[in-house]
Amino acid sequence: MIGKLDGRIPPGPLEQKWRNHKNNSRLVAPNNRRKFSIIVVGSGLAGGSAAATLGELGYRVKCFCYQDSARRAHSIAAQGGINAAKNYQNDGDSVFRLFYDTIKGGDFRSREANVYRLAEVSNLIIDQCVEQGVPFAREYSGLLANRSFGGAQVSRTFYARGQTGQQLLLGAYQALCRQITAGTVEMFPQTEMLDLVLVDGHAKGIITRDLRSGEIDRVAADAVVLATGGYGNVFFLSTNARGCNVTATYRAYKRGALFANPCFTQIHPTCIPVTNPHQSKLTLMSESLRNDGRVWVPKRKEDCPKPPNTIPDADRDYYLERKYPSFGNLAPRDIASRAAKEVCDEGRGVGPGGRGVYLDFADAIARLGQEAIQERYGNLFDIYEKITAENAYEIPMRIYPAVHYTMGGLWVDYNLMSNVPGLHVIGEANFSDHGANRLGASALMQGLADGYFVLPYTLPNYLAGQIGKRPSTDHPEFDRIEADVCARVKRLLDVNGNRTLTSFHRELGLLLWDKCGMARNATGLREALNKIPKLRKEFWTNVRVPGEGETYNQSLERAGRIADFLEFAELMCIDALERDESCGGHFREEHQTPDGEAQRDDEKFAAVFGWEYQGNGAIERPILHREPLHFETVELSQRSYK
Amino acid sequence: MNFKLRIWRQPGPLSEGGLVEYEAREISPDTSFLEMLDIVNDELTERGESPVAFDSDCREGICGTCSLTINGQAHGPQHPAAACQVYMRRFRDGETITIEPFRAKPFPLVRDLVIDRSSLDRIVQAGGFIAARAGSAPEANSIPVPKHNADIAMEAAACIGCGACAAACPNASAMLFTAAKVSHLAFLPQGAPERTRRVLKMVQQMDAEGFGNCTNTYECEAVCPAEISASFIAKLNREYALANLRIRSGD
Repeated sequence: MIGKLDGRIPPGPLEQKWRNHKNNSRLVAPNNRRKFSIIVVGSGLAGGSAAATLGELGYRVKCFCYQDSARRAHSIAAQGGINAAKNYQNDGDSVFRLFYDTIKGGDFRSREANVYRLAEVSNLIIDQCVEQGVPFAREYSGLLANRSFGGAQVSRTFYARGQTGQQLLLGAYQALCRQITAGTVEMFPQTEMLDLVLVDGHAKGIITRDLRSGEIDRVAADAVVLATGGYGNVFFLSTNARGCNVTATYRAYKRGALFANPCFTQIHPTCIPVTNPHQSKLTLMSESLRNDGRVWVPKRKEDCPKPPNTIPDADRDYYLERKYPSFGNLAPRDIASRAAKEVCDEGRGVGPGGRGVYLDFADAIARLGQEAIQERYGNLFDIYEKITAENAYEIPMRIYPAVHYTMGGLWVDYNLMSNVPGLHVIGEANFSDHGANRLGASALMQGLADGYFVLPYTLPNYLAGQIGKRPSTDHPEFDRIEADVCARVKRLLDVNGNRTLTSFHRELGLLLWDKCGMARNATGLREALNKIPKLRKEFWTNVRVPGEGETYNQSLERAGRIADFLEFAELMCIDALERDESCGGHFREEHQTPDGEAQRDDEKFAAVFGWEYQGNGAIERPILHREPLHFETVELSQRSYK
Repeated sequence: MNFKLRIWRQPGPLSEGGLVEYEAREISPDTSFLEMLDIVNDELTERGESPVAFDSDCREGICGTCSLTINGQAHGPQHPAAACQVYMRRFRDGETITIEPFRAKPFPLVRDLVIDRSSLDRIVQAGGFIAARAGSAPEANSIPVPKHNADIAMEAAACIGCGACAAACPNASAMLFTAAKVSHLAFLPQGAPERTRRVLKMVQQMDAEGFGNCTNTYECEAVCPAEISASFIAKLNREYALANLRIRSGD
């Protein structure tokens, strides 16, 4: 039974907490580090940077990823940039402002101490990445350039064209490669974690499946670090890569780790709209485009089918500029997404199905010339043209919100350790820094902060007391969990029904998008909670998974992930129903201000919801643990971008 | 639209493979090439046949996972684009499309259209990095980098590591891949201390993996989805020659 949730926030003034904590943290001496074996699952910005840094420090690291190379983790697709409080632009930025913007952007549903630490280490990340050779954009002076992103009134985003995630990931990947050569990190690509092994209540190992051979294996370690990203693919259509999944974190949840705020999902306002029923994924158009693009729809429904260039300015509704004059087109993501949904619900959407709004660069091209726009966003315009066969220099882009990021994740304390001792969770996989809405260019910041500069300091707090406690893989718990994993694989293959995996995943995704997407209400959530178990039941009686277990079997990989999504979706809806307020990306239609903005209820809900799995075989309602959020520095206010 | 597909099927690395014919029916022109294969695979599953194994992940041209040779061209008919960015509107209704894996000796086949590209990882592991320990980096703006150099470094760094260059090359050369990484780091002041060692080690590994040499056919540049210029191969050759010179002169 889990007691009161304690985030273990260090005492003292906000600005001194991290420094004091580092001073008071335990250490592992260099000659002892090689005695510790650490599992890192995931090789994206968080996992890759953590594995490389821990290896550099002298720990023995085993790093696992499902991709065929560590360099292909989905962090690679992040486009826009990474925030840091360098104040190179001399425009009034500071660590405090980055902290404040992030906590306000998250609609006051994250921990002050965590967010402040994130802002504090942001500057170190830029130093680190430049030193690794990340080719950030520069000015003619040779100094680093910045651009603006949503939710901020300063220019603090560092970028490498529209491929910032790729360049930061390659930096981490190269650092990882160096450690592989040095022999401190052993890399296991094409290997999926299928379960977590606890020995005496501590996370001491994982069960993996080699995706090439189908072989199930046991790995023991002194600590386990999950860096497995978000669960956006529960919606079927999202901007996530096809392989992104909830399996590692969900399996850890079923072994006792708390899942925090699973209903906090981010719908990104600028994605290419859905065009056909067989679409397998959605593509993001970077938020940075909103620096120069103006978002609009026709004022009158009748004008929607007309070619956009024939609609005069007077008949266009630049609704973000109208509703949020001080932030305009750079309103935060949750707000911009809802505004798009609202105008489309009014029937003023454009493009096939009426689910789209224009993102128009005509003014920027007239002001700066096409060449300047091409230099800033050329690759994004190219991506757009490949997918839609339209030239966005000539006609406005059509965009619509899509699932992009998940703020929820496994619960962790200030040390980034879950309630299960030894189990650490970093990057998108944890819940800790973005509250109910993440600001643009902050995911890359958090992933790298956790991996390069937080976990290497906090992990020894756990490890220092664990010398010689690594179990052998012959321990009975490994037998038991491995048997569970094998039984599950067999069960999936044995159903041999009539429906394809895609059909189940798509049905689940549509249901969630409808009931637990950009807007939620109690009736819809109850309906989803009624339907999900039925769909899950049908899955386990009627799915068809071809092939065998002991071979390369892509259908089997997907089947396991979809089976977990079918359980996890229920947890999301339970959380969304329990959080009877609107905040950030969680918009409960019952709770809105007179002008349609999210209405928080700080008295009841200024808390993290951590869910504890219940059930033995059948899934029962999880137990809710609340961690109250204390705000000592910022004043809770109605979030206004007007 | 309807298509006749000829797809390379091979159950495992040691088994025999061959082209098998399938049909893709009623495909919308807005369907991506990989979505078309998804549809075919779902139909195969429903019919109780084994679906075609192929690799993909981000499906937006950046992760470098997809690795199809379509009608004899690495990544297919559209340039520059990865296979995942090709849409069926690029093909004629009724066309016969041949789909094979990337073929190069250092890319052993795993199953059907899936290959093993760990040889590319090993080239980077040999030296494609800057040793920058977390915690010891100087302030980011303390070393200005001329914009021109930073821009060229970025052009080289854009490589997605898909291996199309080697698959398209008649010599199965990975020179474009190696050149991109060597050039990226050589154009930046941070890369200078390890410059000599890096290029020698990476080229040595490239040879050890069994990749061939460059004979200037430029097929690599033609198929590269990240538009990496073959001029970086000239840069690689210069870096390699200079490094050898430095070693020989005892530098």
